[in-house]
Amino acid sequence: MRFGVVVFPGSNCDADAYYAIRDVLQQPVEYIWHRDNDLHGVDCVILPGGFSYGDYLRCGAIARFSPVMQAVEEFARRGGLVIGICNGFQILCEAHLLPGALVRNEGLRFVCKHVYLRVENTDTPFTNQCRRGEVLRIPIAHGEGRYVCDRETLQELQANNQIIFRYCDSTGALTKESNPNGSLANIAGITNERFNVMGMMPHPERACEAMLGSEDGLKIFQSIVHSALAVAR
Amino acid sequence: MPRVRVLVTLKPTLLDAQGRTVMEALHALGYTGVNQVRIGKVIEMDIADEGQSVQAQVKEMCDRLLANPVTELYEIEVLE
Repeated sequence: MRFGVVVFPGSNCDADAYYAIRDVLQQPVEYIWHRDNDLHGVDCVILPGGFSYGDYLRCGAIARFSPVMQAVEEFARRGGLVIGICNGFQILCEAHLLPGALVRNEGLRFVCKHVYLRVENTDTPFTNQCRRGEVLRIPIAHGEGRYVCDRETLQELQANNQIIFRYCDSTGALTKESNPNGSLANIAGITNERFNVMGMMPHPERACEAMLGSEDGLKIFQSIVHSALAVAR
Repeated sequence: MPRVRVLVTLKPTLLDAQGRTVMEALHALGYTGVNQVRIGKVIEMDIADEGQSVQAQVKEMCDRLLANPVTELYEIEVLE
């Protein structure tokens, strides 16, 4: 399975994602420059964290119109796997590949710490190696991660099981205290209706080795590889 | 060449965390009568007059880029 990590001016988690795929997951991976018009034939695109285009105007608003994003939109429409992490999630929302938006944290602070996530749907290419209700420990690092959407969109997300990660405490309980940014319904990650595009604020690429405090993020990348194998069979 | 001012604000249904914090600071300064502080942004630009209505052009820019329809509202003011 070949991965591509998109690099925008201001991306700063691109090397972490590249390392997690190449050295830990041991899968082929390459960088894709934001000016490229094609995706080099990769099977899964990662939009990494960072501050693309300086977060000017709104987070992800400028990146969404970069040449590579036209290719990503086309790829997603054809059913290609796309994962947006942190700033990547913001870009996917701005590009309307995912519903809703990410706004300033309720507490106004940039929050950088490990959080707990409850896996809400395991029947997706991004979570098939997790157990339903499993609690993952993965770090966040963002100032604008409060997920918001209108009432109808929330109902659709819930009805279609598109909410795949929610902030919780260590026991898996969804509490106000465990919600680090004031996200609607403790939402930390969602997919589109077809389950081939996923966005999450936490950083699984920073939680792929025990030495870094957690290996739980690896399950997300292993799920992607597993889903590709399932398709190949 | 018309000059245009676009005012982008957070939808009233959304909590404006920044506005709330500024309000608390104003209260701390003794302006206790202040309520409902909302913070937005102002974008000003010159636009070449090319036949198409300036208003329509700027509306399109707002819908595509300058504002996020999920979270924001905008007002367009043609200054001159």
